[in-house]
Amino acid sequence: MGSAPGAHLHVEGDTVLHRLPAHTKLVGLMAFVLAVVSVPSEAHVALGALLALGVAVLLSTRVAARHLLPRLAVETPFAVFALVLPFVAVGPTTALGPVTVSQTGLTAAVALLLKGTTGVVTAVAFAVTTRPRDLVRALQHLRVPDPLVLIASFMVRYLDVVADQLRRMKVARASRGFSARSVRAWPVLAAGTGALFIRSYERGERVHLAMVSRGWTGAMPMTSPLSATPGQWATALAPALVAVVVSVGVRMAG
Amino acid sequence: MTTPVLDLRGVAYAYPGGHQALFGVDLHVHPGERVALLGPNGAGKTTLVLHLNGVLTPGAGSVTVSGLPVTDENLLEVRRRVGIVFQDPDDQLFMPSVRDDVAFGPANLGLRGAELDARVVEALDAVGVADLADRAPHHLSFGQRRRVAIATVLAMRPEILVLDEPSSNLDPASRRELADILRSLDVTILMVTHDLPYAVELCPRAVVLSEGSVVADGPTRELLSDSALMARHRLELPVGFSI
Repeated sequence: MGSAPGAHLHVEGDTVLHRLPAHTKLVGLMAFVLAVVSVPSEAHVALGALLALGVAVLLSTRVAARHLLPRLAVETPFAVFALVLPFVAVGPTTALGPVTVSQTGLTAAVALLLKGTTGVVTAVAFAVTTRPRDLVRALQHLRVPDPLVLIASFMVRYLDVVADQLRRMKVARASRGFSARSVRAWPVLAAGTGALFIRSYERGERVHLAMVSRGWTGAMPMTSPLSATPGQWATALAPALVAVVVSVGVRMAG
Repeated sequence: MTTPVLDLRGVAYAYPGGHQALFGVDLHVHPGERVALLGPNGAGKTTLVLHLNGVLTPGAGSVTVSGLPVTDENLLEVRRRVGIVFQDPDDQLFMPSVRDDVAFGPANLGLRGAELDARVVEALDAVGVADLADRAPHHLSFGQRRRVAIATVLAMRPEILVLDEPSSNLDPASRRELADILRSLDVTILMVTHDLPYAVELCPRAVVLSEGSVVADGPTRELLSDSALMARHRLELPVGFSI
């Protein structure tokens, strides 16, 4: 386990996207992704255009490619699935170069790749321009139930702590000559995972104690409410609006 | 005599499993005092601390904070008055940014807006870390986290600061800096510690808790010079250290 993923997603900057209030971005992102998903799978050109829009949004963050590319890797499993799809799907077939593939599988695979990539690039654009703290505030502002906001907030806060603990346990095991080479190592790894789980649980209890000691009664205080101008809302929702128009347009034309 | 900030009378407590941790503890701490609470592992120090702000309720006896009995109706006010700083700052700092974390306590007390912001700045200033307000707690050094943890409690303007092992895991420079900060604070302090030199340095008075009872209460130097008492309760000064 290297450095904890997620903890360093945000990259400082001063672009339109960086300046937009987090809750407008979050709503814009959700609406955009839902609209893109609603575009019929056969409309590859329209989906390609929306992907281009997503990429443009990502590029507008002016975050260096070396930061962006590793974060885009999250799509890999979906891409692999999309590549396999034409070969395993059933129905009418078509020739693709030297091989014969399923027609519906191919259409679905291209649509999956286009929609998936669009979702990932816009989500990364959101992640690199939004501080974890602002994400939590945005969720709170959007009236997401407190327990969910708390879980998200604790995850942001404690991912590093738990990853660190895991790293220390690994070093401690290795220092006593342990190496996970065969199935016989599994009980040791399982015991380690169990120990980590219990430690995290105990930490949870201590954190709760610290919260109660500072007057927590079950509701998170909303300390710094977010606000947004109509202009900011318009900017944040613009890509979603385009996607909705495209989606409706394709359906009307089809 | 002034009203004691902390007034414990005959506090006894047994955990639900049956283990009796405290056997009738009497303890008074007066405004402006800095008191060290000493004792070997398992003496009941942590159990005692959790009684001070009503997390645990005594099976017998009573706890009063500046004249206010620790009861369910008074819990929020008691928790404002008694600020507990736990040993591991990672337990204490659970919000995504230092500012949010320091604001958590006063926000629970109902503060909002400019008043809340001022309280946060005041608390961070008191421990000399105002420049860290927008950082994430996990990006701070251990010493910085310990100071921020103290700020999170100071922001509630407590009448007494209860510190659990404040010097643990600090390098000597951070340890000394923290001592300077603690001395500069205008607040009553009860400090739970195994670090006896630190207790001598900061607290004129010490209380020794052993097997759930207060076995000694007096000037720190005097207690630590009493080698029979020290040996009886597994207290030891570091090798080469003399009072």
